[in-house]
Amino acid sequence: MSFLDLPGRFDEFADARRQGFLKVKQIKEKGGKVAGIFCTFTPTEILDAAGLYTVGLCGMSEETIIDAEADLPRNLCPLIKSSYGFALTEKCPYTYFSDIIIGETTCDGKKKMYELLGEFKDTYIMQLPQGIDREYTLGMWEKELHLLIKELEKRFGVEITDEKLKKAVLKRNLQRSLYNELFELGKLDPPPLKGFDMYKVIEGSGFSFDLEENCSKLRELIDNTKEAYQRGNRPVSKDSKRILVTGCPIGGVLDKVVNTIESSGGVVVCFENCGGVKPVRHLVDEGAQDIVKAIAERYLKIGCSVMSPNIQRMQMLPELLKEFRVDGVMEIVLQACHTYSVEKREIKKIVNGAGLPYMAIETDYSKSDIGQIKTRISAFLEMEPLE
Amino acid sequence: MYYTGIDIGSTSAKVIVLDGSNDVICRNVMPTGWSSVDTAEKIRRELAEAGINSECSKFVATGYGRISVPYADKTITEITCHGKGAAFLYEDDTCTVIDIGGQDTKIISIMKGQVIDFIMNDKCSAGTGRFLEIMASTLGVGLSELCNLARSGSGVSISSMCTVFAESEVVSLIGSGHSKEDIAYGIVDSITNKVKSLCGKLSADNTRIYLTGGLCESDYIIESLSDKLGIRILSNRNGRYAGALGAALSAKSIK
Repeated sequence: MSFLDLPGRFDEFADARRQGFLKVKQIKEKGGKVAGIFCTFTPTEILDAAGLYTVGLCGMSEETIIDAEADLPRNLCPLIKSSYGFALTEKCPYTYFSDIIIGETTCDGKKKMYELLGEFKDTYIMQLPQGIDREYTLGMWEKELHLLIKELEKRFGVEITDEKLKKAVLKRNLQRSLYNELFELGKLDPPPLKGFDMYKVIEGSGFSFDLEENCSKLRELIDNTKEAYQRGNRPVSKDSKRILVTGCPIGGVLDKVVNTIESSGGVVVCFENCGGVKPVRHLVDEGAQDIVKAIAERYLKIGCSVMSPNIQRMQMLPELLKEFRVDGVMEIVLQACHTYSVEKREIKKIVNGAGLPYMAIETDYSKSDIGQIKTRISAFLEMEPLE
Repeated sequence: MYYTGIDIGSTSAKVIVLDGSNDVICRNVMPTGWSSVDTAEKIRRELAEAGINSECSKFVATGYGRISVPYADKTITEITCHGKGAAFLYEDDTCTVIDIGGQDTKIISIMKGQVIDFIMNDKCSAGTGRFLEIMASTLGVGLSELCNLARSGSGVSISSMCTVFAESEVVSLIGSGHSKEDIAYGIVDSITNKVKSLCGKLSADNTRIYLTGGLCESDYIIESLSDKLGIRILSNRNGRYAGALGAALSAKSIK
């Protein structure tokens, strides 16, 4: 890890997940309520307006998969199995302390897992429409947001007013803008930080529980990084190949994939996935008359592969390739993720069409394929650019 | 100055030494055995006896055992080396290379002598040389005999891609009285089918396809692959040295 080369605060973010264990316990002791979420489609503004603390519950370790496989099929996405396993074994304090878990009908594996999860955890499922090209889609999602508002009001005895929602929108928009500003550092050549460190900052932000504090820390970190860069600090070699990582959520394979890229002559300059630019590129219209509608609109702009057709992803990717001056694209597909796996063909076409090399890696949370992955990534980075 | 390429694969280790004008000074192949570290040391000693050492040669290591060669000046993946080696061996700088290795099968697309795309089998032995070896030993024959038997067989298909399941399928085919020839045919057919589906995933519009790796020595494999892909696969008895050759050629650019 390269924290040594980076201005302060980075280690703080990297450690946020562990530090958060204590914070969540304190929140509960003071009577606070926690909402666990799994997906970037969850309208966090509504949870904020309900006075809930939000935390992501996506499993990132192999540890509990064996337990999950008592209920779930082996040939299922490791993220789904790991998350379910952590809930089942009560090994994750965030899942354990969640007063409600919000899920959406996203991929088949997740929505069916939520049904089982609902048997022993308080779970609420939102029906996510998947055809954003239909006229009624926005109306349907808006209705789902209103249903969630009613459910939370009833369950937690709170009132979710437009005023509270607008306040939440401002805060979440600010956080998203800061994420985008952080991601834009990747446009510098060479970038002022490694992709691994950038990812850890975003991951850590999810466990901060205090949006305002998180935003001021992000501000400080971005400013420090820029300033250090201006002073001539170059933690990344200018010869590193600029890689865009796309595909599935990679929290559970970050070390295996991103560290391997960055120790084999590459640097990840852009993440087009759930932990990267994909869910934060669009903001909520703060001036909208109908704030719920404006929130609904924003979330439908997330180009996840559960959407059919997935127009947003196919439009955004070519933009990113240009903006970040990418040298190659690596797609990470988690085992048994059918939607991202099938979309590989279209993504490859787009990337090759832009004159860039593309490679897909299918992997899981185990260590069994480290050797093969290293060979593939090294071979990909050894490829010389064609004139 | 000499340029030595060492390709330590999962099954066998190959060595090529080139001189400044790309002539092969010496070459060797040996089983990798259980320790690639020992194999690398054995290669070092044999080369030293032949007068090839770090004073007069650059060394590039490739293959899955490339990290076990402490005296290598550089390590390069087998994908890049097989691409380079095949382009040189077959004197064709724009082509597709199929390498059926011991534990990996790779399809490599080459343009102007450079790798532009590649695909490898998933992390299992389906469609690799190891699959053939295990099936051959289940039939109680060697690899080359398996290929010869396959030529006069027909009619049997092995549906399991997984080596473990395929082995029990072969055992039950033996039990139900199918001839060795027919089973051998089914085994080779299964591997060439797998290679064909891998080829389909690589968007290469090349009309020239070359086979590298140890299976180059089997005419029947080449024929069966050619039938499946609907194009004559070109090969060469030296195909198994493609990786080592690519490594030796890469050694020339070490400063």
